Amino acid sequence: MKATCWTGRNSVEVQEVPDPSILNSRDAVVKVTSTAICGSDLHLLDGYVPTMQNGDIMGHEFMGEVVEVGPGVDPARIRVGDRVVVPFPIACGACSACQAELYSCCENTNPNAGIAEKLFGHPTAGIYGYSHLTGGFAGGQAEYARVVLADVNALRVGSGFTDEQVLFLSDILPTGYMGAEMCDIQDGDVVAVWGAGPVGQFAMDSARVLGAEKVIAIDKEDYRLQMAAAQGYETIDFRNTDVRSALLEMTGGRGPDKCIDAVGLEATHGAGHIDLYDRAKQAVRSETDRPHALRQAITSCRSGGIVSVIGVYGGMIDKFPAGAWMNRSLTLRTGQCHVQRYMKPLLRLIERGAIDPTRVITHRLPLTEAPRGYELFKHKRDNCEKVVLTP
Amino acid sequence: MKRNSRSTVTLAHDPLVRGLGWASLALGVPQVVSPYGFTRALGTAPALRNRWTGAAIGVRELTAAAGLLGRPHPAWLWTRVGGDAMDLALLARALMNRDGRGSARTMAATAATSAIAAADVYAAVTRTFRSSPLELTSTVTVGKSPDEAYEFWQRLDRLPEFMTHLDEVRATGPGTSHWTATAPFGRTVEWDAETTEDVPGQRIAWRSLKGADIDNSGEVRFLPAPGGRGTEVHVRLRYDLPAGALGKAAARWFGEEPHQQLDDDLRRLKQVMETGEVIRSEGAPGGKRARSEFPQHPARPLSEEELKEALS
Repeated sequence: MKATCWTGRNSVEVQEVPDPSILNSRDAVVKVTSTAICGSDLHLLDGYVPTMQNGDIMGHEFMGEVVEVGPGVDPARIRVGDRVVVPFPIACGACSACQAELYSCCENTNPNAGIAEKLFGHPTAGIYGYSHLTGGFAGGQAEYARVVLADVNALRVGSGFTDEQVLFLSDILPTGYMGAEMCDIQDGDVVAVWGAGPVGQFAMDSARVLGAEKVIAIDKEDYRLQMAAAQGYETIDFRNTDVRSALLEMTGGRGPDKCIDAVGLEATHGAGHIDLYDRAKQAVRSETDRPHALRQAITSCRSGGIVSVIGVYGGMIDKFPAGAWMNRSLTLRTGQCHVQRYMKPLLRLIERGAIDPTRVITHRLPLTEAPRGYELFKHKRDNCEKVVLTP
Repeated sequence: MKRNSRSTVTLAHDPLVRGLGWASLALGVPQVVSPYGFTRALGTAPALRNRWTGAAIGVRELTAAAGLLGRPHPAWLWTRVGGDAMDLALLARALMNRDGRGSARTMAATAATSAIAAADVYAAVTRTFRSSPLELTSTVTVGKSPDEAYEFWQRLDRLPEFMTHLDEVRATGPGTSHWTATAPFGRTVEWDAETTEDVPGQRIAWRSLKGADIDNSGEVRFLPAPGGRGTEVHVRLRYDLPAGALGKAAARWFGEEPHQQLDDDLRRLKQVMETGEVIRSEGAPGGKRARSEFPQHPARPLSEEELKEALS
């Protein structure tokens, strides 16, 4: 079959690889009908996530039709012929993390937990196509993919939805939603969102659904800000505006009640010298992540507010504004999305028309053009917001 | 892990160590009392320099004797090894610069010193890198009741499902079993074991019987986890490794870290008990062999041959 493979820093290729097979008795194999490139795939492409190997299949946003099931799969849950969306974190459904619906922290699904533990203190769940640190699972940017513990890790969807309507239930829609949910939004809240990429857009939509009075998008790409403005959100272009001052201006001097970091470890900064500082430190590995968005969210948030982090961080940062965080009673909430928790409720929101996931799609390419998709998305060419690939 | 303690108590009762201590004393006393007589006996030239050298060697011997008999420590044995090297060098010089007299006696002395040196090296090496117990402990919480966890362990034959180094545990009778394991450097070791304690729902302990390739024992305890979170499984394993410290260091050099291995084993125990099997990825298709598979298979499906090998 054809699959999008990582072949080194800044290099992906569509290669011919063996078809997937059942490795565990509760596995299933799906024929992928739609898959997408995620912003976090760019962290892999750019070489910021350790333990990638030449030939690893990329992709953790995919859906398709079940073509094979292992002998241990509960037929009441998944059968051949089902149309399923696959959540990116692999959960077992049985451990104490899964029982607490913290699926991305599953204690059983990462065969390389011993390595992950060295970096994170405790291991996290396996993730498809996301380095060997998260288990070394083949990704879904391919013609076929293995679904691990399929009775827990596949959501059946009816034929009443198009692929594009439900594909993003695999990651970015629940991730954005969880970002807003962690904000514990109250009547009258102003929510600021750093990053107007697809996850940021869905965090904004979710904040509105959850009752935010005003939503502010912060980015530097005109087309992304326009996409947010078209939904009725206010915008700040950090290239030509001081973010903190603008936020104070827009909130009567209070600062946003809730702040969402939908940027993560590869942030760029409006002020050249600060950007240069973090890039230099990152280049010599004295920090792994560039946390501009996180710093700014913490210093901008009103006292007693919540900073919700859904942008991906991988290792160590420095110049963390601990003083602002502690002295101003801020709450920091984070997590890789516990996708399984949100899939069904969000499917209902899509059905009701409260959220339209298709609004972020700007590019539809055949799987064979995946490398071009990565180029467009990475360099934000051709107003690229979200690339969907079809095998 | 507890440090391997070479206590003064054990060395104090070690016949070889005591013997070498008394030998030091027996050689040291005449050298100090009559350095001239001693150098003559060796057939070395009775020059004043040699006499003082003899006395100095005598003092060294007495110091080693005091150490070995008074406060035994492998360092004293290494002092003796160093002294032997010095003595052999002096004797070699005497053999080369000689005027013909007493050469037979010097040769005999050289032979005797070589024999003593061999005994010293043997004692120093074996007493420094002696067989030492390797004690490993690890714990994991599984979402099962203590009774269920106990039942899983009771016959010990399911251990190879999740423990990397175990190939097979077979029950051979009531309370006895035969174990096959892979030791560092790919060796296969076997032993018979008996269950020494079996408290349903609480504790199982076992130990190898006489004639084991590696003497070992183990214990598992099942404690209810607080808040109804299942059972804390506490495992303690003890191995008497040949050439303990040296073996451990060598194994680590080849990438086998026993503590990490036991932690990983118990993680897989949790997988088996909670999900039914060890989770495999394309990168780590060998299940319990995941760690030894680095660098891993790329995260892409396996070819048919690779699949056959991985699932074997």
